[in-house]
Amino acid sequence: MKVLVAMSGGVDSSVAAAELIDQGHEVVGVTMRLWGGESDTGCCSVSDVDDARRVAQQLRIDHLVFNFSDDFDAHVVNPYVEAHRTGTTPNPCIECNRHLKFDRLSQRARLLGFDAVATGHHARIERQPSGVWRVIRGADAAKDQSYVVHMLDQKELAYTLFPVGHLTKAQVRERASELGLRTATKPDSQDVCFISKTGGRETFLGHRIPFRAARVVDESGTELGSVDAVEMVTIGQRRGLRLAGGAPKQFVLDVDVEARTVVVGAETSLQRSELRAERMVWSHEPLPLGSEVMVQTSAHGATQPALIEEVSSDTVLLQWREPQRRTAPGQSVVLYDASDRAVLAGGIVC
Amino acid sequence: MRQEAIEAMTPYMSGIYANPSGSHRFSRIARKAIDEARDDVAEVLGCKVGEVVFTSGGTEGDNAAIFGAVRHSSGVAVCSAAEHHAVLHCVENLKGKIVGVDATGVIDVAELERVLQEAQASNNPTDRVSVVSVMAVNNEVGSISPLRQVAKVVRANAPGAVLHTDAVQATCWQDLREISKLVDVLSVSAHKFGGPKGMGITMQRLGLEIDPLIVGGGQERERRSGTHNVAGIMATAAALRATDSSRDAEVARVTKLRDALVDGVMSEIEDVIETVPRDKRVAGIAHMCIGDCESESVLYLLDEAMICASAASACASGAMEPSHVLSAMGVDKKYSMGALRMSLGHTTSESDIDRAISALVGVVRQLRRNKVKA
Repeated sequence: MKVLVAMSGGVDSSVAAAELIDQGHEVVGVTMRLWGGESDTGCCSVSDVDDARRVAQQLRIDHLVFNFSDDFDAHVVNPYVEAHRTGTTPNPCIECNRHLKFDRLSQRARLLGFDAVATGHHARIERQPSGVWRVIRGADAAKDQSYVVHMLDQKELAYTLFPVGHLTKAQVRERASELGLRTATKPDSQDVCFISKTGGRETFLGHRIPFRAARVVDESGTELGSVDAVEMVTIGQRRGLRLAGGAPKQFVLDVDVEARTVVVGAETSLQRSELRAERMVWSHEPLPLGSEVMVQTSAHGATQPALIEEVSSDTVLLQWREPQRRTAPGQSVVLYDASDRAVLAGGIVC
Repeated sequence: MRQEAIEAMTPYMSGIYANPSGSHRFSRIARKAIDEARDDVAEVLGCKVGEVVFTSGGTEGDNAAIFGAVRHSSGVAVCSAAEHHAVLHCVENLKGKIVGVDATGVIDVAELERVLQEAQASNNPTDRVSVVSVMAVNNEVGSISPLRQVAKVVRANAPGAVLHTDAVQATCWQDLREISKLVDVLSVSAHKFGGPKGMGITMQRLGLEIDPLIVGGGQERERRSGTHNVAGIMATAAALRATDSSRDAEVARVTKLRDALVDGVMSEIEDVIETVPRDKRVAGIAHMCIGDCESESVLYLLDEAMICASAASACASGAMEPSHVLSAMGVDKKYSMGALRMSLGHTTSESDIDRAISALVGVVRQLRRNKVKA
């Protein structure tokens, strides 16, 4: 096959390219230029593009750079800012996968006549006996990224390859060392690529939206203090609220941006019996009512069982088996099958 | 590189390797060589021998003219919005003034006049214009600037300003003697006319007071320090001579090829615009905008078909940047996203044109077909 492999300049996508070559595919590497502003952390810096290009040279494959910065601004950065302005907690890496890697890039690859797009995600893609494609958790449980690629539908799944999903991270690094790739010991990227370590989220958002002060109240409405920027407060947050110390610890239970109010209380008050999500993407088709699913609400969080109480193509209401801590609106929720192995769907908590 | 240039530089990379600024016999041989090269360059540029400065390329020439003028007289730098980044980024860095362009990409002379008059009327000496930089030929779309009008407006409204032109794209297609007489400083880049990369020439009027960008050993009459690149200078002069002596014939030949290329493409595929009318641009640039096709896709598939073209300039990462020239010209995004620049030169043949037409037509058809499928 002719495969276009997205190379970020990290070790996983470097080895992904090498694996594809070993499998006999005709491989072309591409680095997406996404963020045009300042960055010191993530995937878009010139030195990362250099790393990707140098690895491609070592592997003797062509390397391209596609400029998708307008799409990145429109689908990732601007919605990220808007989410904070309206008091929700976005996951920009998931939106980048949804709109850039598995839409913009795969569309481009189709136009150029490629048979598949590949990335270095730690997840696997399997075709079940029924013919249905599924994202399966990566072989390395600690590095599994099935959560962040949950949005792949049947069409994209049939067009996507994850060549390192069957390897552990240690094996990936070992393979990179064997090949003498310059990215073999490069640290994993941890943060949002368009937010610099030095300025952080506060500086990034502060340049783009006006921060508004908010009252901090307890569940009965008694005022306990204030915060300078309600846009920076997230449900479940404990630090940075400038509250008096001592027990019991106070957690953010709710954020009302319009009313400029942050409600705090005991951790037990965060417990919920249900979770509602919208913008659902079903990898095949919506599940029937009453289906039991395993549910993950953060990139590396533990999964918990739940039942589907209401369902439509776009929304779902989940009933937890056991009450769970509330997930901030804007975060992604991913449904796995009962064995907690295959991705069935994902959406945005509301 | 032109064969003449390779042959001219070869002896100076091995046998005659001396520094021309030295005093011994080998230095004198090298000095004689660059003195003669300078004579030839001055003849082609239509300037005095003492006005020729050898540089590392167009970018250095542009930077030296703009920063040098502003450093010397502490005023404002002015340029057009469609300048090459080597000029535009200097003026932006100095917080200068950017003048708009018309739909063909050439400077709006009336707006330039207004900007200069406003500066002239100011009581604050730092508001005075130190330098006006207007390219002779646009590097993306090939449009020819009205330098005669620009010069008239600058002399009348900013008599103290240095008038600089980036003539990098003009060398192959226009007589530099006609351009140099209009301006105070002119810069060109050798690799645009078959010379080596990393070499350039600046024509700087004698008596013109601008500060040097590079100081040190005082070479080039204190205007550009650094040991002479003798081989590069010899190759540059040889390429320039060859370009100048064959220019008239080449312009006629390449114009025909370019028109055949654009006509061939436009007759085969729909929704393609010729960005600038033919009578307003130089022979060697075929610039088209292909509706609803993305340049990056077109370039990738053309490259696969062994046709090398470009769209706009690339950033440090190697990614194509959206064209600031097309944006300044007001080209609709539907078309600017599909910008394609194909360059023609002294090596371009009729069969190259046939192959380019057939490849480009095939690529655009493939992209449009796949888009419908997707």
